[in-house]
Amino acid sequence: MAMDNSGMEKEKTLLEKGFSSIKHTGDVSTPAGDLSSLEIKMRVRDLDFYYGKFHALHSITMDIPEKRVTAMIGPSGCGKSTLIRCFNRIYELYPRQYATGEILLDGRNILSPKEDLNLLRAQVGMVFQKPTPFPMSVYDNIAFGVRLYENLSRSEMDERVEWALQKAALWKEVKDKLRQIGTALSGGQQQRLCIARAIAVKPEIVLLDEPCSALDPISTAKVEELIDELVSDYTIIIVTHNMQQAARVSDFTAFMYLGKLIEYDSTDKMFTNPVKKETEDYITGRFG
Amino acid sequence: MSQLQNINIRLYKRRIKLNFLVLSASLLTTLFGLFWLVWLLVTLFSHGFQYLDLSVFTQPTPPPGEAGGLANAIVGSVIITVMGVLIGAPIGVMAGTFLSEYAMRSRIAPLIRFVNDVLLSAPSIIIGVFIYEVVVVPMGNFSGWAGSLALALIALPIIVRTTEDMLKMVPNTVREAACALGAPRWKMTVAIVYRAAKAGILTGILLAIARISGETAPLLFTALNNQFWSSSLNEPVANLPVVIFQFAMSPYEDWQNLAWAGAFLITLSVLVLNILVRTFLRNR
Repeated sequence: MAMDNSGMEKEKTLLEKGFSSIKHTGDVSTPAGDLSSLEIKMRVRDLDFYYGKFHALHSITMDIPEKRVTAMIGPSGCGKSTLIRCFNRIYELYPRQYATGEILLDGRNILSPKEDLNLLRAQVGMVFQKPTPFPMSVYDNIAFGVRLYENLSRSEMDERVEWALQKAALWKEVKDKLRQIGTALSGGQQQRLCIARAIAVKPEIVLLDEPCSALDPISTAKVEELIDELVSDYTIIIVTHNMQQAARVSDFTAFMYLGKLIEYDSTDKMFTNPVKKETEDYITGRFG
Repeated sequence: MSQLQNINIRLYKRRIKLNFLVLSASLLTTLFGLFWLVWLLVTLFSHGFQYLDLSVFTQPTPPPGEAGGLANAIVGSVIITVMGVLIGAPIGVMAGTFLSEYAMRSRIAPLIRFVNDVLLSAPSIIIGVFIYEVVVVPMGNFSGWAGSLALALIALPIIVRTTEDMLKMVPNTVREAACALGAPRWKMTVAIVYRAAKAGILTGILLAIARISGETAPLLFTALNNQFWSSSLNEPVANLPVVIFQFAMSPYEDWQNLAWAGAFLITLSVLVLNILVRTFLRNR
């Protein structure tokens, strides 16, 4: 029993730390807290998702603001990863997975069968939970995606690779190892390489599916700094198990539970004054 | 010691005993298997090595009672095997790729997999007879091409199987990562998945070469044999397995000695090939 209590206390102090560092981005005229005053990049309407017969997402409707960080939180299996896997339709790799409803990206329904999946994914990049460097050099890892859609000269490509690695705060560490195989980097470096690879193709939206869950605290901090920096150019959607991380990096937070969107509001509001009881219970660590 | 109170010593000792028994049994069975292998290698070495001289590699198969070597059979074997792999490997790799990467929604994939497994365990003599019927009879004569085709048919299911298995070992996260960059499926397969499975696929091809380089039965019905240098794959081609078969069954001692030398040579090259495969896998 004594152990339980100390655990709870630790959780509490961590949570307070999280609260204290809630960030306020955007200029004064568009406070982060007001979704209606922001440009909306992606509108999700009545989205349902199925893994075969299993109904994983129930009628999700939400607006994702442009050039802001939106975090998805919720207990394991609540559907947050499933939701962002709809945003670039990566689930199409597998048979018997399908989505119904609408996802409007700049007004265009990306769930339409006419949507070109390859072009969609060039526009909506994604970084996964486990670092997935390709079995090729650091340089080629980044150039691979760029070469798919752009015909760059050697020097332009060199510039792009450096730019992406700079953005991902990895350049200093790997500038002398560009020809080394990407899988030889450390876990944290691998994940930043994957982020660099994703932004090198210059997508408009970056989906981050628990990007820090396999990383140590220092690498996590680097990735979080990186998110802060990227948000001036990109719309970022991050799935995280770590509520303090959501509090630290996001402008808006969506709480999901059992495949439903329970509550979605500014991070500020979600962490200080949530409307729904489930949200409050989850955020204060009473379940999940 | 007080921490050990809840430990049941008898249970623990029984487990130690059981562990010892199982370990000894597995060791003994391993030794039993190795014993025959070592015996085989020692016999081949003691009989074959002494006849392995330069003339084996430079002179063609002799008539009984004359000096000669195995040069035409060695060259013929290499050519037939290489042609067999050149035919079998691309088809096998492509079929394995289809099964692993493209057949998720397909209904015929399980059927292809099943037929491939049947082919994998088909007796090689049946493949020889089959090629005899569909190639040798219509062509009117035995030929190197028929031999290569028979060997390709034996290599094919091995390569299909290993390619599929090796591609399946590539984690889906890597495929997702490639697709998430906007790579079309074929590009993902060729540029990323093949690269990740390269060592495994090459291993499968090398194993297939090891397997077909000693096959005799299918060649008896197809490439047959040739006492002389063959100039074209359209005629019968000399090859080591059939020469060994013929010479070993003969009453002439010098032929038998050449057969020993040939058997040793084949075993040695298969052994070397297998060691190559191992080092390949280790360097992955």
